[in-house]
Amino acid sequence: MIVALSIFLITIGSIAFHFWSPWWWTEVASNWGNMDDTIILTFWITGAVFVAICFFVSYCVWKFSYKKERRAEYKPEDKKLESRLTWATAIGVAALLAPGLVVWNQYVTVPKDAYKVEVFAYQWGWKYRLPGEDNVLGKTDIKYISDENPFGLIIEDPNGKDDLLVDAQELHVLKDRPVKFELRTIDVLHNFYVPQFRGKMDMVPGIVTYYWLTPTRVGDFEVLCAEYCGTGHYAMRGRVIVDEEKDYKKWEAKQITFEKMLAKNRKNDNLQLVKKDK
Amino acid sequence: MSDEYEHKLEAKSDYVGDASSVSTPDIDSVPKAELPDQELYHSHSWWTTYVFSQDAKYIGIQYALTAIGTGLLGLVLSWLMRIQLAFPGLGWLEPTAYYQFVTMHGMIMVVYLLTALFLGGFGNLLIPLMCGARDMAFPYVNMLSYWAFVVAVLVLLASFFVPGGPTGAGWTLYPPQAITAGTPGYNGGIILMLISLILFVAGFTMGGLNYIITVLQLRARGMTLMRLPLTIWGIFTATVLAMFAFPALLVGCLMMTLDSLLGTSFFMPAMVSLGEKLTYEGGSPILFQHLFWFFGHPEVYIVALPAFGIVSDLLSVHSRKTIFGYRMMVWAIVGIGALSFFVWAHHMYVSGMNPWFGFFFATTTLIIAVPTAIKVYNWILTLWRGNIQLSLPMLFSLGFIVTFLNGGLTGLFLGNVTVDVPLSDTYFVVAHFHMVMGIAPILVIFGAIYHWYPLITGRMMNETLGKIHFWITFIGSYAIYFPMHYQGFVGVPRRYFEIYDSPYIDTSTLLLNKFITIAVLIVGAAQLLFLYNLFASARLGKKSEKNPWKANSLEWQTPQMPPEHGNWGKELPKVYRWPYDFSVPGAKEDYIPQNQPPSEIIGAKVEKT
Repeated sequence: MIVALSIFLITIGSIAFHFWSPWWWTEVASNWGNMDDTIILTFWITGAVFVAICFFVSYCVWKFSYKKERRAEYKPEDKKLESRLTWATAIGVAALLAPGLVVWNQYVTVPKDAYKVEVFAYQWGWKYRLPGEDNVLGKTDIKYISDENPFGLIIEDPNGKDDLLVDAQELHVLKDRPVKFELRTIDVLHNFYVPQFRGKMDMVPGIVTYYWLTPTRVGDFEVLCAEYCGTGHYAMRGRVIVDEEKDYKKWEAKQITFEKMLAKNRKNDNLQLVKKDK
Repeated sequence: MSDEYEHKLEAKSDYVGDASSVSTPDIDSVPKAELPDQELYHSHSWWTTYVFSQDAKYIGIQYALTAIGTGLLGLVLSWLMRIQLAFPGLGWLEPTAYYQFVTMHGMIMVVYLLTALFLGGFGNLLIPLMCGARDMAFPYVNMLSYWAFVVAVLVLLASFFVPGGPTGAGWTLYPPQAITAGTPGYNGGIILMLISLILFVAGFTMGGLNYIITVLQLRARGMTLMRLPLTIWGIFTATVLAMFAFPALLVGCLMMTLDSLLGTSFFMPAMVSLGEKLTYEGGSPILFQHLFWFFGHPEVYIVALPAFGIVSDLLSVHSRKTIFGYRMMVWAIVGIGALSFFVWAHHMYVSGMNPWFGFFFATTTLIIAVPTAIKVYNWILTLWRGNIQLSLPMLFSLGFIVTFLNGGLTGLFLGNVTVDVPLSDTYFVVAHFHMVMGIAPILVIFGAIYHWYPLITGRMMNETLGKIHFWITFIGSYAIYFPMHYQGFVGVPRRYFEIYDSPYIDTSTLLLNKFITIAVLIVGAAQLLFLYNLFASARLGKKSEKNPWKANSLEWQTPQMPPEHGNWGKELPKVYRWPYDFSVPGAKEDYIPQNQPPSEIIGAKVEKT
């Protein structure tokens, strides 16, 4: 009796917790609200199965508890029942999978007009690079990374000259403009994750990974690293600020192009050389 | 050979059929033995009896105790981590220590506790007994297997004492960070971890070959494959999986060792580590992930399948009812085992591999849910119209069903590629895999220990202590992991030494952390009760009668209990039926042991098995 009741109460308690606990996802700030929808769908289907099976177990334990004089039913198989259950499960699983795959297709298909932003990760922090006026990100190679050229841009590539380099933990993006994050790391694995955006992708040294989204509301969001990257993993935080056009332009205007940064760094180097000569 | 075939023709009609119609002793005949009786090694000294034992039963106990001992360390590490998470203000741990504990906890629990306990422990104890053999096929290799495991554990523990301490790379050991500065133990602890895993795989291969060959070759007369207890099916299939999966881990470990010690670049691309350019170039970190998960996913089933098998037997025995849909259960075990090699990259949806793989792996992953669901249905249908004894093994089995159901269903979230994106690398994942491959199999292990304890010691474990242990463990771990999923929804990332007051996390989430930690401390402490019960009952426990649960499988039918060296006395048992003939109409008792000949149960309406 106690056992049956406990299983019953655990089930009821789980449902109550689900609906009344204060812990739920943050308000979505990107177009990936449909990921939330797939989760809700999964909750309804799996939740129904959970409740049905737990109640069934609870009922069995209560109804068929041991009595010395009673014999259990002798029924090794029931082909019909087994095949019905198999098909019902297969249908339920398909109902979960199909919408999931549809949304995944959207997630991996980047719109052509998406604005490209490079997210640059290192142990332990973030930098960003915008394509500049020509809307093309210049090519990079890890071997060119130096104090003078912190992003490792290939100097000969003309597309890189006007790239805007954001050597700060904070990135601004424009509301309602699709953005493709090109994810690059120079050391170990990282993952560019903003809980409100829902999207996620590991950054892998040696290749450039990506995902895309459209920010849908103005706000100031925390960036977290979501792939373990060593002792400083937990402290690898940045910020993404979603702006309306006016604020965004203001921020963009303050960023410095690669050409200018290079000139400045070289000047500093020359100054240092001069100092050394003296 | 010809002799055998002749015999099979003869024996066709002898297979136990409609017992009521024929009553000649003919119905009791079983196929002739195909192999001569095993010659056993007989120990002569204390050392060869208790230390370098070649008796599978002892080796099983040795494996189990070593695994449980190592697992206790894993448990203590989880306490230390949880205290840090709940009370970051205490300054209890350094981040390096936290990550080292996370890593060691994970690896110990998955490999050195669960794998070793299910296959090395229960495999050794139960395979020869349940199959009706005198011992494993190769007792000496079996002994070596155990001692290789001991050395693997010692090497693992030694990493706590090397400069830099054990590795803090996370149990997945992803390169590049596993072997670059910035991760604790990147040049000392990690090497010992890799060597320890290599030793474990070597030792396990010796044991595994034994389990497979024993099941295939040394079954008693009449013990067809479709009369094997599901426990054996689970352990057998898991061992086959391990034989295919562990080599991937082995080569991964070897390659990473070379990357670290000799400077090869299997997994290491050109990189700048903490401002310093390294000499690696051209390697692929994702290659390691493929190797790791090609091992890692079957590993989940290496732990789960023996648990599935054992729990099926516990449910059947303790509800005095035939396991429902035996054949379907066997095919589900085999099917899950086969499919488990086609789903590995569902751990890698957001790893940076080609995203188009997502379609394939999401589909295979959700397909595997079907045989798994069938198993759950058949367990609960076994309870239906049963005669359910709420003994300790039954309580733990019921706890398993609820826990596994919960953990299995959340697997449908993570396996479905889109749903995985927001949830991956959050506490939802941590909660999911602890439910499904932590708590659920451990509940089965407890149930199994309470069930087979009399077989090992001849005494029963204390029922009251066992019940307290059950309720705290079952309810407590549900209270730990159920709410943890919701932290994942909030977006709390895993492997964070400290969460801080992030703007998107409100303070109640941190409060939940404290609640979880307190539950962890209580559940952990309750395991001391179990340990006390485990050791004290060997002396103080009530003497068990022979076959105390009135089970049918062979391990309870040995001439002595606990079984002696060689298990079966002079003559090996003969098997006439499957182990699930409970509550057969017309039978005197509500159980018919596998070795009871049909001529003794005339009138019982058994179905042919």
